[in-house]
Amino acid sequence: MPSTRVVVTGLGATSPVGGDVASTWQAMLAGTSGIGYLDDEWVDTLPVRIGGRVAVEPSEVLDRVKARRLDRSSQFAMVAADQAWADSGLEGSGLEPERLGVALASGIGGVTTLLANYDTLLEKGARRVSPLAVPMLMPNAPAANVSLKYGARAAVHAPTSACASGNEAIAMAIDLIRLGRADVVIAGGTEAAIHPLPMAAFANMMALSKTASGDDGRDPASVSRPWDVARDGFVLGEGGAVLIIESEEHARARGAKIYAEVRGAGISNDAHDIAQPDPEGRGGTRAITMALREGDVDPATVVHVNAHATSTPKGDIAEGLMLHAVLGEHVDRCVVTSTKSMTGHLLGGAGALEAVATVMALHDRVSPPTINLDDKDPEVDLDIPTSRRDLPEGDIVALNNSFGFGGANVAVAFGSI
Amino acid sequence: MATTEEIRADLADIVNEVAGVDADDVQLDKSFVDDLDVDSLSMVEVVVAAEEKFGVTIPDDEVKNLKTVGDAVAFIERSQG
Repeated sequence: MPSTRVVVTGLGATSPVGGDVASTWQAMLAGTSGIGYLDDEWVDTLPVRIGGRVAVEPSEVLDRVKARRLDRSSQFAMVAADQAWADSGLEGSGLEPERLGVALASGIGGVTTLLANYDTLLEKGARRVSPLAVPMLMPNAPAANVSLKYGARAAVHAPTSACASGNEAIAMAIDLIRLGRADVVIAGGTEAAIHPLPMAAFANMMALSKTASGDDGRDPASVSRPWDVARDGFVLGEGGAVLIIESEEHARARGAKIYAEVRGAGISNDAHDIAQPDPEGRGGTRAITMALREGDVDPATVVHVNAHATSTPKGDIAEGLMLHAVLGEHVDRCVVTSTKSMTGHLLGGAGALEAVATVMALHDRVSPPTINLDDKDPEVDLDIPTSRRDLPEGDIVALNNSFGFGGANVAVAFGSI
Repeated sequence: MATTEEIRADLADIVNEVAGVDADDVQLDKSFVDDLDVDSLSMVEVVVAAEEKFGVTIPDDEVKNLKTVGDAVAFIERSQG
């Protein structure tokens, strides 16, 4: 049994449904979609023309000169980290920089910076390529920039496991604290991949939905529809989210506000296919089982799951099988949601944004709905409310699941305070 | 031909864009590093933007000699000849 208890003491987010945690959370509870037509000039060249842009542009929040040195993914991370840090009350708390770590992930890294500089190289020559291109596009740029801002001198990690990256960062933060390598970790994920190249690639591999991108008369807000029979792929979103993960001892000593306990994490791999999930969900089942075991969680207390459920045909079904395998009869008492129905899929930011939603669900004891679930797939036997649902009193546990290309499975179990 | 003041003003706009320094502070006697806090990577950005703006080439070997705004303006004037 891990002896060090770990808690969440700060939250930050910038998402397609809100520029901070409060607005994002209220939009999720209200079932508000952040998906719409993209207005970029390149969008007419693509088979997919919808996505979830952030509700508040980072340029409205960040200092202009600092922001121009950051890839958009780092800008989202900085916005979310600033919010989470302010929320945590750590400023001026006397925390030693050597005890502050960072675990901040992205799935694809600074892809827009990379490709914009490649365009410059082709059009204007090597001399015009930005000297900042590499420090902006490197996958650890969001983590490194946040460590610079807050003087974090313990480990600064950028785990990458595609769409599981954000959740893996949180799992890593738990480890850093339980191994005694840090007292506080700024943890989360970010992604800024709404660019024609990754969108074309996702569309060509049949991962993105092409609904509402032509003349089918469909509403873009209706396309992300996890577990619905008419689901046909995910909708790409963007944004970032950060959680302040802290040892309970440290948090109590400074009188911090505590949102939830981080009970445990599980990480596994399918080793099945580079992109497709194991159809039986065996790897995910092992990850969830590990998370519950690590946190000494009684499956009967798991009353809420923020599912990975991206609105793809196979993945959504596999996740249902995992929850049945792990929770058994208790799955009937478990309120399952996919907030991706509203935000779209933030790739490396997804696990972090959904962790924020999971923590808020425990804190406020209410689950957000899954929208667009008009006709539930008969192969999915889960309790998935289409409007907000209160969660029970008492000691309860909520799971946040993330799965990524490369076979990655990460589950994190949070407990109520 | 652009006047010295016109070059200084255009260069000031570039320094403002790249490094956030108030354009009015970018005067001929100011040191990029010591007075304006322009770091080495920002200096490269300033140089590349200036090359594009003024239609000149500023070799890497020359950049280390451009300590002040006046040095840079003088180099650009000479290059535009």
